Amino acid sequence: MKFIYDLHQSMMTNNVVLVYEGDFTQQTTKSILSMAERNLESSGEESTIKKRIFNVMVEALQNIVKHSDEKEAPAKPKHHAAIFLIGNEESRYSIMSGNPVRKENVNSLRCALEKINSLDKDGLKELYKDIIKNSTLSEKGGAGLGFVDMARKSGEKLEWAFVDVDDEVSFFCLKVNIARYK
Amino acid sequence: MEVLNIEGTEDTPKIMLDKGNGIFEISGRSLPEDCAEFYKPVLEWICNYAKEANASTEFVFNLEYFNTASSKLILDVLFALDEIEGTTIHWHYEENDEDMMEAGEEYRDLVEIPFELKSF
Repeated sequence: MKFIYDLHQSMMTNNVVLVYEGDFTQQTTKSILSMAERNLESSGEESTIKKRIFNVMVEALQNIVKHSDEKEAPAKPKHHAAIFLIGNEESRYSIMSGNPVRKENVNSLRCALEKINSLDKDGLKELYKDIIKNSTLSEKGGAGLGFVDMARKSGEKLEWAFVDVDDEVSFFCLKVNIARYK
Repeated sequence: MEVLNIEGTEDTPKIMLDKGNGIFEISGRSLPEDCAEFYKPVLEWICNYAKEANASTEFVFNLEYFNTASSKLILDVLFALDEIEGTTIHWHYEENDEDMMEAGEEYRDLVEIPFELKSF
């Protein structure tokens, strides 16, 4: 039973205020959003910051719902779940997610993220406009704008990593920071 | 022409398209799972309206949040309206919501029709 205490301690140490682990659907997305929104309402945080947090949460959660490769992965059940976390530090909030992706998709994800992190505010704005003008919705209903939007709302570089799971699957970890004012 | 009236929910916007009363508005939050499906009747309605449009169409966007998939569909709505003579877009945003203001400015750059931004 000690893992309960360990998990609690780990969350405290890392300033994590919310964790959801498991299967992600639009329904869970809505539940997490409404819970986080209530917490934000009572936090007294500034409206612009609240909206940015909400926006990034929406994109992160819908990314998991749409792009987590769990369904195609013929892997073991333990590979199927994704994780979503919110961190609350003195100077910033962090929206974090982790989900399995098939290895053949890692390179294109990596390229997209590297490109986004190489751009400044105006560069991201141009990229956003370029994608929205020229893209069509994918089969999964994504517009390919999620990471760009997260980077714009964050104002900081996206933090990401791929952790090897097995021959076919990597675990994609993403952290998006949103600074508080002042 | 039939009125398109869709009640807003926690993840879909309220839609009111009423040719007779000259009311055209999309408001609230737009983050549906399947954006293409949600906006399909809206785009169809505008497509039909274009054939017999009023002399002037004051189209209001009053959005609190939208996800990136919706942002693509909102552009599709704007492109459809771009074809209708006498259309003005009114992009309303909450005072101090610089992100929603900037979103409006970006859309304004992408279409040809008159496009007014207004905070409330």
